[in-house]
Amino acid sequence: MKRCRHSWFAIVLVIPCVALAAGPDTARQGEITHLVRQDCGSCHGLTLAGGLGLPLHPEALRDKPKESLVATILFGRPGTAMPPWAPFLSETEAEWIVDMLLQGKF
Amino acid sequence: MRGWVPFLAFLLLVLQGCAQAPLRGTGDLGVVIERAAGSVEIVETSGRTVLARVTGLGDLSHASLNFSRDARYAYVFGRDGGLTQVDLLQQKLVRRTLQAGNSIGGAISQDGRLLAVANYAPGGVKVFDAATLELLADIPAVDDAGKPSKVIGLVDAAGNRFVWSLFEAGEIWVGDFRDPRRPQLRKFRNVGKEPYDAMVTADGRHYLAGLFGEDGLAMLDLWNLDAGVTRVLDGYGRGEEKLPVYKMPHLEGWAATGTELLVPAVGRHEVLVVDQGNWKEAGRIAVHGQPVFVVARPDNRQVWVNFAFPHNDTVQVIDVPSRRVVHTFKPGRGVLHIEFTPRGEHAWLSARDDNKVLVYDSETFALVGELPADSPSGIFFTHRAHRTGL
Ligand code: HEC
Repeated sequence: MKRCRHSWFAIVLVIPCVALAAGPDTARQGEITHLVRQDCGSCHGLTLAGGLGLPLHPEALRDKPKESLVATILFGRPGTAMPPWAPFLSETEAEWIVDMLLQGKF
Repeated sequence: MRGWVPFLAFLLLVLQGCAQAPLRGTGDLGVVIERAAGSVEIVETSGRTVLARVTGLGDLSHASLNFSRDARYAYVFGRDGGLTQVDLLQQKLVRRTLQAGNSIGGAISQDGRLLAVANYAPGGVKVFDAATLELLADIPAVDDAGKPSKVIGLVDAAGNRFVWSLFEAGEIWVGDFRDPRRPQLRKFRNVGKEPYDAMVTADGRHYLAGLFGEDGLAMLDLWNLDAGVTRVLDGYGRGEEKLPVYKMPHLEGWAATGTELLVPAVGRHEVLVVDQGNWKEAGRIAVHGQPVFVVARPDNRQVWVNFAFPHNDTVQVIDVPSRRVVHTFKPGRGVLHIEFTPRGEHAWLSARDDNKVLVYDSETFALVGELPADSPSGIFFTHRAHRTGL
């Protein structure tokens, strides 16, 4: 009985870590994918090949520091047309977007 | 044996009838862009139905189109640089060419013979024979310092001219294409920071480019090029910080009501009113979000407005005489475009995320029709064929 309770405790501790590493849950991933294709797509192109905004294909982003790409998404680039998305996306979500962009998964 | 002859003749007639669609005009036809599927719907506005779907047009995010002079063909400009000619009557793709890496829109010349396409990458304008899609002229958008720009705000003007703007360079170029293979260019420099879209007034006289990098519009009088570019609504933001812009406004649908222009403000929840007599600000109308399209009903009595993310579920109707918002409603998720029927009794709206096109009565605001469409964006009716700047 004692051991049982112990392992239950361990699971509770582990779950949040797993969730963090995996980024947004499946439903939210669907919403974000839609946002990226449609609303980022209105400047970056539906296939993210570029438009008024730069191309967001893996080849275009590979050599850029990940943190700076995450910061660009959250805070925009002042003086350019890139707006800040922090009101609509958390940091974890922006990181997940950059990961997916780098893998060409949108 | 002789008895068969009339029967065979009859059969032949019947078969012929089947092979040919009944004759019809194109005046009540239109095209709806299905942006994700790379297809278009051919629709008719009398019975409000979808007649056909034409597929294989490539990346149509941000696609726009022009109609041929006889309003039989639509020329669709896709994001992937594709230029596709669609036959509205035979309901099929006629020709398609990949003319650049990345394009934003086009225009058709006054005489209907030339198609011009504005490109982002590589930036420039290409001019094609409208009948064959043969390339006639290629004008890279490179400024004097050798720096390339994206081309935006391409429109047609009287005298077989096209006018366009260079986003990075901040220039307006006027091209005279009376001899299409040897265009005469006139360039206006330092018109303002980052022109992002442009329009020409209904009479075809004034070209106005909206500026993204500063508050104001750059105006060129096409009847008097020597007067040069003048600034309109200079500093309308009054130095206040503008809101982040989640979608660039479109100027093609700017409402010109004859004496006044209604213009979307960049980064503000406002529609600006410009007096066309003195080109001064005549007022501003507070609206629900950042306006994207500001579209006048053909009688100019009303103006309908849609909004940028995150307010793109809402549409507002402005009563022009009183400059008041008289109706606010939520037609669906992701309302991207508004198009009036030729005489304005109905407004068609595309609700991208609901996969629907919605038809509203413009007097009662009642919903009178609903058509299925896959991620619809632009809606274009054939009366555009006969208007300058559309
Ligand atoms: C209103 C237009 C617009 C929208 C909408 C927009 N962007 Fe951008 N974005 C830009 C522009 C313009 C730039 C280039 C800025 C510059 O010149 O440095 C840019 C740059 C970027 C960059 C940096 C690329 C690089 O190579 O350095 C990233 C990443 C990016 N955007 C992601 C996004 C994401 C994700 C979204 C949607 C959540 C989005 N953008 C929506 C206009 C836009």
